[in-house]
Amino acid sequence: MNAPTLKPENSTEPNPSQPPLNRGGADTALPLSRGSRRGFEPNEQTGLNPATPLDVERIRADFPILKLRVNDKPLVYLDNAASSQMPQRVIDRITHYQTAQHANIHRAVHYLSETATHEYEVARRTLQKFINAKEDREIIFTSGTTEAINLVMHGYGRKFIKAGDEIILTTLEHHSNIVPWQMLCEETGAKIRVVPINDAGELDIEIYESLFNERTKFVGVVHISNALGTINPVTQMIAYAHARGVPVLVDGAQAAPHLKVDVQDLGCDFYAYSGHKLCGPTGIGMLYGKAKILESMQPYKGGGDMILSVTFEKTLYNTIPFKFEAGTPPIMAAIALGAAIDYLQNIGMDKIAAHEHSLLEYATAQINNLKGVRIIGTAKHKASVISFAIDGVHPHDIGSLLNQEGVAVRTGHHCAQPVMNRYRVPATSRASFAFYNTMAEVDALIAGIRVVQKVFA
Amino acid sequence: MADMKALYQEVIMDHNKKPRNYGKLSPCTHHAEGHNPLCGDHISLTMNLSGNMADDKVEAIGFEGEACAICKSSTSLMTVAVKGKTRSEAEEIARDFLDMTTGKLDMNAPNKLARLTVFAGVRDLPTRVKCAILPWHTLRAAFNSVEEVSTEADGDPMHTT
Repeated sequence: MNAPTLKPENSTEPNPSQPPLNRGGADTALPLSRGSRRGFEPNEQTGLNPATPLDVERIRADFPILKLRVNDKPLVYLDNAASSQMPQRVIDRITHYQTAQHANIHRAVHYLSETATHEYEVARRTLQKFINAKEDREIIFTSGTTEAINLVMHGYGRKFIKAGDEIILTTLEHHSNIVPWQMLCEETGAKIRVVPINDAGELDIEIYESLFNERTKFVGVVHISNALGTINPVTQMIAYAHARGVPVLVDGAQAAPHLKVDVQDLGCDFYAYSGHKLCGPTGIGMLYGKAKILESMQPYKGGGDMILSVTFEKTLYNTIPFKFEAGTPPIMAAIALGAAIDYLQNIGMDKIAAHEHSLLEYATAQINNLKGVRIIGTAKHKASVISFAIDGVHPHDIGSLLNQEGVAVRTGHHCAQPVMNRYRVPATSRASFAFYNTMAEVDALIAGIRVVQKVFA
Repeated sequence: MADMKALYQEVIMDHNKKPRNYGKLSPCTHHAEGHNPLCGDHISLTMNLSGNMADDKVEAIGFEGEACAICKSSTSLMTVAVKGKTRSEAEEIARDFLDMTTGKLDMNAPNKLARLTVFAGVRDLPTRVKCAILPWHTLRAAFNSVEEVSTEADGDPMHTT
């Protein structure tokens, strides 16, 4: 049901046959340890049909920003793990919304409010189908992955995690899946246990399993490491946790843009990603949660739209997802994210993954050919992220000199300081590829690295 | 946009590879540590001043640390620029340097920077300004007997612009 389909250009047209959101969903028990490998396993990425490769030049024409020149060189944008660029169709969707559809949602009975509400809920269903969630009420719009994880910490953690309880996280987590849990531990007296990685940047699953005990109450794991590109065996990790009755949150910020994600196959209790890494705008993202768990949680923010009735004696909270969407949400951004997902699905997530994998393999081989350059993170299963170090050159100098060549990479600790500490480096340079990058751009990166080495020779 | 490659070639060929006044003075009268937590730059500055008054001289200065080329060469050039100067002269240079790298200095008006103007181009790269000014922050901290200074502190000019 989550298979990419070639939809007509304008897929945001109202669909009156869609049932209303606030239906009472009977919750059936979900199987916790499904063995299906469909969709998100890295070895499927090579399943590109060679008869229909990605037409990268046609795709690039959809992105006006890729025509920019920087320092008199064509822009080579290789910072997609930080944020991706937006195609014209999404920009047009924003313009259309703001010029013809905008009003506040879920409130008034006038035409514009009903139109905006409709488009917002259409976007929610697009997000639901994108990750194959069972129901649209399991999709909560947040400002991004960070807010989604904070929502789970406040809504689930503060209600159900107590002193002495343990939360399992991994060395590969982004700060956004570390700091909220540290805040919770400080408040409650719970403890964090950390899954280490090997030299290749892969989680030690034996140690992960050994960390479980009767005090383990929660697992947070990143699907794909933003710093190293490692694809974690989350299906296996979720099954192991569920067999011990422990819920799992998956940080999908780097996975959702690059792999086909099916939350029912994964079986995860929570899944989060950010819109701006998916060719959408900043300020919007999503939390998926199983309906039953979301219903058991306490609200995270109080305000308008998250209530059924308010008196000073007693307030009744709204049903999910509205219980967690207090105040006026970023309506335009949510609708634009829906348009961005339509755009990606028109291309096909399998094709995107296959093309990015080709870029990864080519870039890895090219960098390995360079003397004095070392790739940090050499996991067997990787997404199109390459962290690297050049002997004797600080990453910030690499970043500035590559910028001089028009090449945009990220330099720094990538909000993943535990990973940096593991490799005993303060920072790395990171090239991260998207489906609109080309082999020629990999060559430009390699040429840029040679320039850096020449300056420092 | 300044030509960063030219800046690198001019400064790095020289001061990054052969930093001047590299090492630690022991004993010393003044000392401070400078950190840039965003890129992990760290420098340690030691000085011997002839006294604690404004017209006392920087008789000796030394630095050590791990830093990017811009930070390291900026520190090296700073030690050359302030060695033998009085404290008030050094503070004037520091003020001009901070103004130059944050784009507030009229480069056509007279200033105390001399060869330090090679760093004028970093004002176009806000993330690199911190690398260039870290030694000057650290110098001020040492003068004022502040043990540690960070580019992320409230007094950082990057936070007030």
